[in-house]
Amino acid sequence: MTTESLHVLTPKDYATDQDVRWCPGCGDYAILAQIKKVFADLGLPREKVVFVSGIGCSSRFPYYMETYGFHGIHGRALAVATGVKAANPDLSVWVATGDGDGLSIGGNHLIHTIRRNLDINILLFNNRIYGLTKGQTSPTSELGKRTKSTPWGSIDNPIHPISLAIGAEATFVARTVDVNVKHLAETIKRAAQHVGTSFVEVYQNCVVFNDGAFEYASGKETKAETTVYLEHGKPLIFGANRDKGIRLNGLTPEVVKLGGDIKEDDLLFHDEKAKEPTLAYLLARMQSPEFPEPIGVFRDVEAPCYEAEMERQLQAATAKLGPGTIEKLLNSGDTWTVSA
Amino acid sequence: MTTETAEMTTGSHPARKPVQELEEVTVRFAGDSGDGMQLVGTQFTRSSVIFGNDVCTFPDYPAEIRAPAGTLAGVSGFQITFSSHDILTPGDKVDALVALNPAALKASLGDVRPGGVVIVNEDAFGKTDLKKAGYETNPLEDDTLKKYQLYKVPISTLNRKALEGSGLGPKEVDRCKNFFSLGVVYWLYGRPMEPTIDWLDAKFGKNPVVCEANKKVLKAGYFFGETCEYITSAFKVAKATLPPGKYRRISGNEAISLGLITAAHLAGKDLFYGTYPITPASDILHTLAMYKNYRVKTFQAEDEIAAVCAAIGASFAGALAATGTSGPGLDLKGEAIGLAVMTELPLVIIDVQRGGPSTGLPTKPEQSDLLHAVFGRHGECPLCVIAASSPSDCFDAAIEASRIAMQHMTPVILLSDGFIANGEEPWRIPDYASLPKITVTHPTESNDGNGFLPYQRDEDSVRPWVLPGTPNLMHRIGGLEKKDVSGGVCYEPENHQRMTELRATKIANIAEKLPLQTVQGPAEGDLLVLTWGGTAGAAGTAVSRVQKRGCSVAFANVRHLHPLPRNLGPILANYRQVLIPELNTGQFRFLIRGHYGIDAVGLNKIQGKPFLVSEIESKIMNLVATNGGNR
Repeated sequence: MTTESLHVLTPKDYATDQDVRWCPGCGDYAILAQIKKVFADLGLPREKVVFVSGIGCSSRFPYYMETYGFHGIHGRALAVATGVKAANPDLSVWVATGDGDGLSIGGNHLIHTIRRNLDINILLFNNRIYGLTKGQTSPTSELGKRTKSTPWGSIDNPIHPISLAIGAEATFVARTVDVNVKHLAETIKRAAQHVGTSFVEVYQNCVVFNDGAFEYASGKETKAETTVYLEHGKPLIFGANRDKGIRLNGLTPEVVKLGGDIKEDDLLFHDEKAKEPTLAYLLARMQSPEFPEPIGVFRDVEAPCYEAEMERQLQAATAKLGPGTIEKLLNSGDTWTVSA
Repeated sequence: MTTETAEMTTGSHPARKPVQELEEVTVRFAGDSGDGMQLVGTQFTRSSVIFGNDVCTFPDYPAEIRAPAGTLAGVSGFQITFSSHDILTPGDKVDALVALNPAALKASLGDVRPGGVVIVNEDAFGKTDLKKAGYETNPLEDDTLKKYQLYKVPISTLNRKALEGSGLGPKEVDRCKNFFSLGVVYWLYGRPMEPTIDWLDAKFGKNPVVCEANKKVLKAGYFFGETCEYITSAFKVAKATLPPGKYRRISGNEAISLGLITAAHLAGKDLFYGTYPITPASDILHTLAMYKNYRVKTFQAEDEIAAVCAAIGASFAGALAATGTSGPGLDLKGEAIGLAVMTELPLVIIDVQRGGPSTGLPTKPEQSDLLHAVFGRHGECPLCVIAASSPSDCFDAAIEASRIAMQHMTPVILLSDGFIANGEEPWRIPDYASLPKITVTHPTESNDGNGFLPYQRDEDSVRPWVLPGTPNLMHRIGGLEKKDVSGGVCYEPENHQRMTELRATKIANIAEKLPLQTVQGPAEGDLLVLTWGGTAGAAGTAVSRVQKRGCSVAFANVRHLHPLPRNLGPILANYRQVLIPELNTGQFRFLIRGHYGIDAVGLNKIQGKPFLVSEIESKIMNLVATNGGNR
């Protein structure tokens, strides 16, 4: 039997025979296309990939990828993915989840999976609405948002996914936008290459129940003023004329206009490798309309992975105690012999 | 009973006292939950099995780690029965009670047989102690203990004297008094002290002061028994005639752990155990976590749901995957177990049952999750349910559950309970080479020419277990209804009916591969006593007692609860009456009635305590008497 690594893989090789059933115009199509492209670029053998999901529009993802796939139950994709990766660390494990699946019913698993730092990739499709159940408020819906379940406006304070991930000390945290396919692909590639849990929030448009939710961050006219692209080691500059920047005033960021007394060197320089997550968290708090919202990699640091540590303990125990034999196991403890 | 005068084995004291020989003795150690009663109970058990008795134990401890000292709520007890013959259950009545305070005395006295030995720590019966236990007058001074052999021992004082100049602080000194009481009972029943002394050396070798202090008070207690004037006789229980072989002590939770590891090796797999701490199942995690050199991966998840879901993920990836819990956790795992049914993946779910509903009686046994295990999921959701019937049986049951799960691609719920999980008995160590291998295949070739059909079934209706990483056989599974054979998502009405029936057939077919139900006693007659799980010991003992008296009563314990053994229906039809004793309100009776239309008689105890043999025995005698008496 040949292995896939001998073939040159194309995005098409990752497509299944299933009809893709997302609504026409859904942001998920772009994500699916870029995933296939990146996997082909990276030459990821299809049999080595496992896509795991929970419930929701995003969670249909595994059916559309010609890899191994597991479509689980609502909110539990990360727990299933943990078992897959722990049992076989050789697999490349990907989780497609959404703001409802990953932050509401599955919020607990998100925190704990991130803190364990398994080498898995979490793509959280954030559309700020429940789509599959047809339009209720989600944990990322804005305060005051009118939905079917909140006709008088939402009174729940929203969760900010990036803040949460950094709070749980994720080793890789990034944000990207469905319509910016180039950046989307780059971000997915960075996530794939990171060893440890990668958390990627994708601003994803739901054309049916929350159309235009991210228009401010993706529209041609507005995005230059409402987003700022993060680059490691570079100052935070934005604006259509790249004439605005973010400066730190004590621990508070402020928007400043470049020119005159203010030079690039006065601006906040991004450091995604910073050991402490303080800067990443500060950036995560920058929200529209007061600030341009950061797009890109907030944090990318190295830390031991859970499944590797688990395997290391198994090997350390074996080195110290010798490989276990069942005879030894059964005959351990206090034993005595009854003779005939 | 014979009487002789014996020199006890330890020490050179010339004192001689008469020794009465007994066949079976039940001792209970009771004190505050911080008094180390579980520890001395375990030591007494070790000593007894090493001596050569058959033993059966029942630790009984409160849900609170440290309830207010001296109160009834905080009483922790450890009961052990040891005998010169084969025993299946801890004794009904206590022959000797060690009570370290008034609360312990009050909580246990009702279980002591008239004429039994009661050893109390006289020092602990001050006014305040009595008040905490709710005694208005001192039971050591009124008629409360008139019908017992009361030994008032100033345990605290003697213990402190023995440890004068030991270098320990007053608190540490007092903490040793459990070993003083152990020493007294060791003498009383002629137990060897060496196993405990060896254990102390191994445990506290690095702390010689503590080690020596415990040894010293153990011996002091022993010699006190030997020399004090008011303990007038000792007892002897001869070695049991157990089948020849090598033995060890084992608890149900240990046996499940060892069974899972053994099953994984028999199948050539890593074991993945995903769990969340819960009483009384946590010891399975503690035990498995020690065996990393056996390729055991333990995962303490953030909650019960994550625990079972991680196990499902590990199963998909090819491990022998198990999750362990108790009733409340089984509730939480329900949806995920349904996912395992739908995806048809192997999964072992261990439910160590405790008193319910809700938090219920966390540390007390009950058999009230049977119907939950068989039916407790939404949709038509069939799976296998089996039960372990004794501590050592948990080993075989865990292997059986793993074997069925992997060979039939199904979740299997293994029911244990707090009684057999914590209880210990001697276990004849099986020969690993004699255990049948668990054959598991993971296809690497396509079953379709130009693709892979994950729901193409074999002659037993079992789908293939293809592992991620296998080239060219990529496939997707999940909780949505699957198209027959191809496994694609499918909402067609006929397909759903077909798949529902296929899932049911797959489970029903397992009965064809299971051993036939066996019966002890007459193949037909007046009465069959039918049990499942941890009730088997008490019921089996009760039946053999009435059989000795000439009653036509048979006994059967059912391991496989779903599907049921294929010959169970015909067996039930052979008896005029069927009695089902169980620690619930009649769940197995309900199941039997549903399957076979038989109205069994129930004996139902819901007190957080296992059956006494005598309770089942008297129910049998009632039924036999109303049915025409002995034959």
